[in-house]
Amino acid sequence: MDILAQQIFNGLVLGSIYAVVALGYTMVYGILELINFAHGEITMMGAMVAISVIGMGLAAGLPALPLILLAMLAAIAVCMCLGLAIERFAYRPLRHAPRLAPLITAIGMSILLQNIAMLIWGKQYIPFPPVFPQGEHRLLGAHVTDVQLIILATTLLLMLALTLLVQRTPLGRAMRAIAQSQPVAQLMGVNVNRVVAATFAIGSALAAVAGVLVAANYGQAHYYMGFLLGLKAFSAAVLGGIGNIAGAMLGGLLLGLIESLGAGYIGPLTHGFLGSNYQDVFAFFVLILVLVFRPSGLLGERVVERA
Amino acid sequence: MTLTGCGQKTSDHGAETVKIGLAAPLTGPQAQLGQDMANGAKLAIDEINVGHPQIDGKAVIFKLLSEDDQADPKTATNVAQRLVDDGVAAVIGHMNSGTTIPASRIYYQAGVAQISPSATAVKYTHQGFDTAFRVMANDAQQGTVLGDFAVQTLGARRIAVIDDRTAYGQGLADQFEQTVKSLGADVVDREYTTDHSTDFMAILTNIKAKKPDLVFFGGMDPQAGPMIRQMRQLGVAAKFLGGDGVRTPQFITLAGPDAEGAYASTPGLPITKMPKGPEFQAKFTAKYGPIQQYAPYAYDAAYVLVNAMEKAGSSDPKKFLPVLRQTDYQGVTGPIRFDARGDLTQGSITLYQVQKGAWVPLQTVQSR
Repeated sequence: MDILAQQIFNGLVLGSIYAVVALGYTMVYGILELINFAHGEITMMGAMVAISVIGMGLAAGLPALPLILLAMLAAIAVCMCLGLAIERFAYRPLRHAPRLAPLITAIGMSILLQNIAMLIWGKQYIPFPPVFPQGEHRLLGAHVTDVQLIILATTLLLMLALTLLVQRTPLGRAMRAIAQSQPVAQLMGVNVNRVVAATFAIGSALAAVAGVLVAANYGQAHYYMGFLLGLKAFSAAVLGGIGNIAGAMLGGLLLGLIESLGAGYIGPLTHGFLGSNYQDVFAFFVLILVLVFRPSGLLGERVVERA
Repeated sequence: MTLTGCGQKTSDHGAETVKIGLAAPLTGPQAQLGQDMANGAKLAIDEINVGHPQIDGKAVIFKLLSEDDQADPKTATNVAQRLVDDGVAAVIGHMNSGTTIPASRIYYQAGVAQISPSATAVKYTHQGFDTAFRVMANDAQQGTVLGDFAVQTLGARRIAVIDDRTAYGQGLADQFEQTVKSLGADVVDREYTTDHSTDFMAILTNIKAKKPDLVFFGGMDPQAGPMIRQMRQLGVAAKFLGGDGVRTPQFITLAGPDAEGAYASTPGLPITKMPKGPEFQAKFTAKYGPIQQYAPYAYDAAYVLVNAMEKAGSSDPKKFLPVLRQTDYQGVTGPIRFDARGDLTQGSITLYQVQKGAWVPLQTVQSR
C-alpha cells in the first residue's frame, strides 16, 4: 500500500509539471495551430536564469525566501521576453505561410536556444543551490519532500489561475475567439497580434515557473533538459486533446501517473517478462491507444476542417 | 585502404604531417568528460611536437584531428568514416563503449589503429579486430572487482541493480550481477533507466519495496547524482555503489550532501598514486583546469601510439600495429602492456568513497 501511494504521488508530481508545460503548447496551438517546439527550451531557460540569480543572491547574502521569489520573477521576466521575441521575429512573419514553414522555424528556434544556453552556462550539468526548504514528510505512507509539495501547490494554483483567465477575462475571451476563427475575431475588433503576443507571454511565464520547479526538484539543470521535458509535455497535450486547456492539464497528470505506475507495475504484471526499461514504451503505448480511439485526444473536440 | 606516411602534404618546416584522430563527445551532456579526454591527447601531442619527433629519420609533425561523436553511435560511425577519409594513421577514442564498438569496425576495415582511453565494454576487444586497443581495465575486470567489493568488503546480501541500458552501463551491471550471485548474495531487483533520465522515483520506489542493503548503478554521473538524492528522499538507506562513470567530481556537486558515503570504482590508480601522476596533474591543470577523469589515459594513448610509430619507423598502421601490440610502456597511468585481444594484461582498479565531500581512495585491487 505504501508503495502504491508512493507511486501515485511520484506520478502526480511528475504529471503536474508536464501539465504546466503542456499548457504552453496547447494555448499556442489552440490559437495559431502552430506547435511551438521551442517551448521546452523556454522551460530550460527559466531554470538556468533562476540558478544564476540564486547564485548571485547567495553571494550577496540574501535570505532564502526573497531569493526564491526574486529568482522566480527573474526567470518569468526573461522567459516572457524570450517568448515575445520568438513570436515577433520567428513566427509572426510566417503566420500566413504554409504550415510547414513555422514548424521548421520552431525546430530551428529550439536548437538556437539550446546553443545559446550552452554558450552562456556551459555544457555541464549545473547544480541547483539548495535554497528551497528541504523538509521531508510522511503522507499516507509515502515519502514527500517540501519541494514536491511546493510543486503540487504551485502548479494547481497556476492551472486554476489560467482557467479563470481564459474563461473570465476579456483577454481570455479574445483568445477563445481567435481560436474559433481568426478572421472573424479580427472583424469584431480583436487585436490579433496583441492577443497572440499575450498568449506567448503567458505560456512562457508558465514554462519559466515549471523550469525552476523541475530544476529545484532534481537539483540540477542542463542546456538539454528542455528537449525531453518538452517532448513529454507535448505528448501530454496531444493525449488530452491539443488546443484544449483542460485537456492539457488532464493529459499531463495522466501521463505522469501512467509513467510512474507503468514503471512500478509493468514488471509484476508481466511476471518479470517486461521490466522498467519499458516504462516509456508503456506510456507511449497508452498514448497511441488513446489516439486510435479518440484521434483528437481525450477532451479534444472533432473540429471540421475549415474551408 | 588509406595511405599514410607517404605522399602527405608537408608543413612549412619540411616536416611530414602524421594525422591522429580523436573522437569523443565534445558537445552534449557528456561534453565535459569528452573535452577532458581531448585535452589529455592534445597535451601529449603538443609535447611530442615540441620535441621534434622523427619517424625513420625524417622529421614529422603530429596533427590531432578532433571529431565530436556526441556520445551517439550513429554519429560515431559517421565521424569514424570522416577520420578514415581524412587519412588518419590512428585514432584515440571513442569515449563511450556504445560509440567505440560500432566505430571500431570502421577502423578495422580501414586498417587504422584505435586506442580507446575509456571504453570498458568487454565486446570492444572481443570482436577479433587486430586494430582495437584500450588503456583501461575492461568491464569484466571492473565488474568483478566491484562485485567482490560489494559482497566481501561491504558485506551486502540483498542487492538491487540498475543500469542505463547503454553498452557501458549494461555490461558493467551484468558482470557485477554475475559476480555477486556467484558469491552467494541475492539480487533482489533489477531496474532500468536511460542515459537522459533525471526522474528515478518510480524505479527507486520499486527497489525500496525489496529492502536492499546495497544499490548498484551501472551508468554515468548525470543520472547517479539525482538518483542518490531521490533514493535518500524516499528513505532508502542502502549503500550506493557505481563504476567509473559515477566516480567524478560532478557526481558530488549534483548529489550534494547525499553523495556522502557513496562508493565507486575507477580503473587505474588515483592520479596522486600514478607513477607520474602529480607531474601530469600539474602540467594539465596549468593548461586546462582540473582533470575530470580520462585525460591521463588519452595522454598515455597518444604516447603509446607515437612510440609504436617511432619504433616501427613508419606511420603506416600495417607496419606499426604489430609493434603497438608489443608495447611495454611506463605511462602516467601505470605500466601499459597489451594481451592478444588489445586489453591491458593487468589492470588495476581502485575503489573510492565520498568522505566529507570528496572522493577518497580506499583500496586498489589487481583485476583477477
